[in-house]
Amino acid sequence: MGMKESLHKLKMKYEGKKMAPAFNALHTFLYAPNETTHSGGHIRAVDDLKRTMNTVIIALIPCLLFGIFNAGYQHYYAVAEVAGTAADYKAVGFFDVNFWNWDNFAMGAWTVLPLVVVSYGVGLLVEFIFAVIKGHEVEEGYLVTGMLVPLIVPIDIPLWMLAVAVIFGVVIGKEVFGGTGMNILNPALTIRAFLFFAYPTWMSGDKVWVHQAVDMAGQPDAISGETILGSYAQNSTVAYDYWDMFAGFIPGSVGETSKLLIIFGAAFLIFSKIASWRIILSAVAGALVMGLIFNGVVDAGWIDSSSKFYGLMSVPFWQHLIIGSILFGAVFMATDPVTGSQTNKGKYIYGFLIGFISIMIRVFNPAYPEGVFLAILLMNVFAPTIDHYVVQGNVKKRMKRLKLKTA
Amino acid sequence: MAILSKKDQRLILDPLADDNPITIQVLGICSALAITAQLKASIVMAISVLFVLGIGNVVISLLRNVIPSKIRIIVQLIVVATLVIVVDQTLKAFAYELSKELSVFVGLIITNCIIMGRFEAFALGNGPYRSFLDGIGNALGYGVILIMVGFFRELLGSGTLLGFKVLGDPIEKTGLYSIGYENNGFMLLSPMALIVVGLIIWVQRSRNPALVEEN
Repeated sequence: MGMKESLHKLKMKYEGKKMAPAFNALHTFLYAPNETTHSGGHIRAVDDLKRTMNTVIIALIPCLLFGIFNAGYQHYYAVAEVAGTAADYKAVGFFDVNFWNWDNFAMGAWTVLPLVVVSYGVGLLVEFIFAVIKGHEVEEGYLVTGMLVPLIVPIDIPLWMLAVAVIFGVVIGKEVFGGTGMNILNPALTIRAFLFFAYPTWMSGDKVWVHQAVDMAGQPDAISGETILGSYAQNSTVAYDYWDMFAGFIPGSVGETSKLLIIFGAAFLIFSKIASWRIILSAVAGALVMGLIFNGVVDAGWIDSSSKFYGLMSVPFWQHLIIGSILFGAVFMATDPVTGSQTNKGKYIYGFLIGFISIMIRVFNPAYPEGVFLAILLMNVFAPTIDHYVVQGNVKKRMKRLKLKTA
Repeated sequence: MAILSKKDQRLILDPLADDNPITIQVLGICSALAITAQLKASIVMAISVLFVLGIGNVVISLLRNVIPSKIRIIVQLIVVATLVIVVDQTLKAFAYELSKELSVFVGLIITNCIIMGRFEAFALGNGPYRSFLDGIGNALGYGVILIMVGFFRELLGSGTLLGFKVLGDPIEKTGLYSIGYENNGFMLLSPMALIVVGLIIWVQRSRNPALVEEN
């Protein structure tokens, strides 16, 4: 008797009982269910919610793998820097063996995998509890959220904090609105926002991005890993070149650093028609426009080099795309079909404002060196309003056409 | 409770639970957000509102037959303002530090919707004794929620209760802090007060489904 059979038997045994949704979810997650419609003509599409979610997860896996290697690489590199042997450890090309090696992977897996396990374990537990209490099926919504969460937090975030944040994010961000598909805010970003405001010392600064930097602070061999945005915000020089930023050999949240792999993920999502290219493209455009405006302000001499905004304002506009998490946010967060705009015209506005506001927060708010998650959450709130006006505009246009015809 | 008749009892007990001014009528939210970061401030606020609403309701009730209805809002404001100044001055005289902490919020009791709401809805149409009970009941209902919110926000946000370090010392890493616990800074921000009030409403409604409106 195969596993599918025994799962089916288990499900039948609990049919109609309290725990039924839990077994049902386990069964349909792993296999196509045994019950199918037998009579009549029905349109069957394979891309149901689970398939959609799985596609996004596949797109995220390269980022996760890179994040695992990068966690180890950043740690060993920072240690080598203190010892003065950094040159031997520097990764140059994308396939450099200094980056893709067993040591980095072991160290990274040791730190990243617990984040994944806690994120999925706690999140799915909350989903199961709600499904059992409310008596509905377990919804698949958490599959992507659970993968996104470990990718957007600093490597050394204490696991209990992550667990608390996941409970908060799933309950307050999603379940109180009615579960998957009904939420206003992106749950993964709600979780990040909670962590950010609740435990700011673990979410920003120059210590949290490299494994063990917090523990070793104050010791003679203390390591640090200032992010590029952090360096710019302090008007100090940046130790990484453009290639490092693009390939992702930089400190940052676990999965956001490699722009190359994010672009691959984006291409995959656009090709499989899961993510909206309109949102991604307009978010990038919005970021570029805001960057250009800031560059213009610097060029026009309206801002002094002693200003605390000077460093970030004078960053070449295109470079905003390869530092920080704007690309990751635009590709994997802003395109969430539930919380984003639904209309095509609305998607352009929604995406553009996400890019625009992200860079604005990035430059003007040194206390929040990265504003992408705040910008997306803000636009999540405005998305229904944008859609409303787009639809109203369309209605008005058609009314006018109707009047012209009948007049 | 033999001193109070059944009807009078309800005046006090209803606002404590099923007709709570904050969680059911959703009044007085502004001060629930502003001053509940600490339990002490919540308690002082609750007592101040108890005083203002109890006496204010009696005064308005006594005046109810002589107030021309066109200017009744102004008269109500004058009564509240007088009482609030009494509270404010008392706090300044006897608890100066605390009054500095509460700063404008004592003055803003004037604008607390619960007070004007009770004047309008109850004191203008009922005798002084019943108005007094109604005022006390609503102020207590308000105070209970305020103290609950203040309790959780201070405990989780600062790790203290009324200033006592109940969870240990965060700097010297004693108690809970020695095993890696940290205070939740989000609890000290106003949005979290709204979420805590929301959670209280959630619990209250799921315990008593009769409170849930039909759409």
